[in-house]
Amino acid sequence: MSNEEKLLVVSPSPHVRSAATVTRIMFDVIVACVPSLIAAVILFGYRVLAITAVSVGTCMLAEWVCRKVMKRHNTLGDLSAVVTGLLIAFNVPVSIKLWMVAFAGIVAIVVVKQFFGGIGMNFVNPALIGRIVLLASFPTAMSNWVQPLSWRTDVVTTASPLAEIGNLYKAGDVSKSAIYSIDNMPSLLDMLLGKRSGSLGEVCALALLIGLAYLLIRKVIKPTIPFFYIGTVAVIMLIAGKFNFVFLAYELMAGGLLLGAIFMATDYTTSPVNFRGQIVYAIGCGLITALIRLFGSLPEGVSFAIIIMNILTPHIENFTSPKPFGSEKKKKGADEK
Amino acid sequence: MSSKKPAGVLSAVTKVRGGVAVSHNKNTANMAVERMPAPEKVVIAMQQHIGAPCVPVVKVGDTVAVGQLLGDSDKFVSAPIHSSISGTVKAIKDLKLPNGVITKGIEIESDGEMRLYEGIEKPDVHDRESFVKAVRDSGLVGLGGAGFPTHVKLNVPADKHIDTLIVNAAECEPYITVDSRECIENTENILAGVSVVKKYLDIKNVVIAIEDNKPAAFEAFINVKGYDLLGDSDIKLMMLESRYPQGAEKMMVQSATGRKVPPGKLPADVGCIVMNVASVAFIARYLETGKPLISRSVTVDGSAINTPKNVRVAIGTNIGDVIDYCGGLKESSYKILMGGPMMGLAMLDTSLPILKQNNAILAFEKNPALIKKERDCIRCGRCEQVCPMGLMPTLIARYGKIKDADRLNKIGVNVCMECGSCAYTCPAGKPLVQYMRLAKTVVREAKSK
Repeated sequence: MSNEEKLLVVSPSPHVRSAATVTRIMFDVIVACVPSLIAAVILFGYRVLAITAVSVGTCMLAEWVCRKVMKRHNTLGDLSAVVTGLLIAFNVPVSIKLWMVAFAGIVAIVVVKQFFGGIGMNFVNPALIGRIVLLASFPTAMSNWVQPLSWRTDVVTTASPLAEIGNLYKAGDVSKSAIYSIDNMPSLLDMLLGKRSGSLGEVCALALLIGLAYLLIRKVIKPTIPFFYIGTVAVIMLIAGKFNFVFLAYELMAGGLLLGAIFMATDYTTSPVNFRGQIVYAIGCGLITALIRLFGSLPEGVSFAIIIMNILTPHIENFTSPKPFGSEKKKKGADEK
Repeated sequence: MSSKKPAGVLSAVTKVRGGVAVSHNKNTANMAVERMPAPEKVVIAMQQHIGAPCVPVVKVGDTVAVGQLLGDSDKFVSAPIHSSISGTVKAIKDLKLPNGVITKGIEIESDGEMRLYEGIEKPDVHDRESFVKAVRDSGLVGLGGAGFPTHVKLNVPADKHIDTLIVNAAECEPYITVDSRECIENTENILAGVSVVKKYLDIKNVVIAIEDNKPAAFEAFINVKGYDLLGDSDIKLMMLESRYPQGAEKMMVQSATGRKVPPGKLPADVGCIVMNVASVAFIARYLETGKPLISRSVTVDGSAINTPKNVRVAIGTNIGDVIDYCGGLKESSYKILMGGPMMGLAMLDTSLPILKQNNAILAFEKNPALIKKERDCIRCGRCEQVCPMGLMPTLIARYGKIKDADRLNKIGVNVCMECGSCAYTCPAGKPLVQYMRLAKTVVREAKSK
């Protein structure tokens, strides 16, 4: 019995663990962002990389300093600060000043994330607050849209397709001919490929959908939130546009709907964890987005819609949480034994 | 791995909630159970079941024979304990079981004769009462791992009508294969046991439920002579999805009947009895021979075991001896478990004896992939999605930390069966099962105040 002296490890069950780690999940989100980042560089030039570097760098630095000052363990390794940085970069126009990006990063990490306890504790999406703070502080800089692919020659500023479409709706005519009669209106194919003005990460619908596919395949997110979010917007826009599918297609691809529905609304920390709650949350996001777009004075409603639903998440969870096994209310006619 | 469902085999009535897809690792599935020679010494614990511990009825110096009563209790929820070898009682001393319980252990030195106790005779069973008494006398406890005294389970109160007997051969824990070996090697015993339970408890339907990764077990039941389980029979086979924790009692009831056992209730409250397949087979053998529960099959496997085996060992055999019989431990052994990797208990050393409910001894080398540093919860919700009991593990952990017993009760902490699905899946590496246990103690302490 030589093995009796041997020291063994004793720990609570289970003794096997799945391969999923926080770092791996965040890394997958970063990978899913890469197609959109590449698209942005092609469309808007190398300045995209500078913006991204400043954004990610500021977020990581802010995270590190915060944890140090608060005497808490270092959380840079979980890569969540990198994700926040990437998403802030995705939410600004290419013409933005770099210090503004850094400002957004600091607000997102310090105020929204670390003040509330760090990863998993923030009640709203840090990157979205970063964007909203910029929008409120520097409205002109945040809507200084640049024509894609113009960086090789002369930078040309332009209006955003979403604003144009919104103006048409408010004027009461969203017919096909009215949409196509707008100057410089990108075609639907251009919208898909991203040859339109907008924030860095939102323009290329195709790249965003590739990112979505990757997240779904890697099981980082479930299709629930993107499906119900985009679906709700689609249904409302279909009715609002009197079943004009061209209007619908522009509404879905313009603005930040796809970026928001795929990368922002699906943030674990600020969305409900259970299936029923996610449906309520996603429909709420869709509803608010559509209402702001159709009736609000702002052209875009995705950020505000998600933030409002983030705040409502604990309440949604309160009434959608699963009941302990066997204590559910009996359905009518259920087996009564 | 999963096999095609033969016609006539039922599928689950209701799909159970959550669960995790653990790797099966049924490495020993094709290894017939080997009988390990009787050891020179056994230590027989006086607590090998859920319920009251037994009090020794022998004293140091006594000579005992195989099958002789060593300990019993006058409490209802308890099961008598018998000697697994013949020889002399050398000592009665404290024994610390891996779950922390301290009980008496009766040490018996073998005389090498394996002399059968003369009091052993075929039990006289003619009605429900005498049947339940015989099961009690046999010392049988649930052999699937929980160790609940079987006679308690079979002693259904008169106001409850049982219409379904569920024979649990799901064996959803990775590595363990003794139940599927039981299906293959003792098919007739199982069916004979099913018949007597059915007869004396007046149960109409029997469902033998097996996960779909055990085609050989299905084959054994389909080919057994004298029964037609695919045709017009009260005994049916059911193929379950191989998904942990399919074999848990409440999951089995739901899969087999679609009924849900309410919190704090037993399967009998919804008209079901769930019995482990090896327990059923044992009943048949006991009624034939009168030989009590003194040995059991154990899967010995894991990366640190030299030659994995399924072995039939005398209860009370030193675990180290069992491992030595299976080629011994590798130098690199890191963790040794009593039971499966999802719910098994880690042991300090190999000095403990085999218990009645002990279905596996697993020894593992250090695997860095399985060690996760605990990080902050990111509210990904995986724990809640996989919880078969519909609980919110992170919320329970949080309320446990602040010792809020009222809220813990409200969100159903005691429904948790500690299956470990939440901790398995947690990307932040949280020891959630441990948090559940701590939360349960908060509730217990609040109640006792």
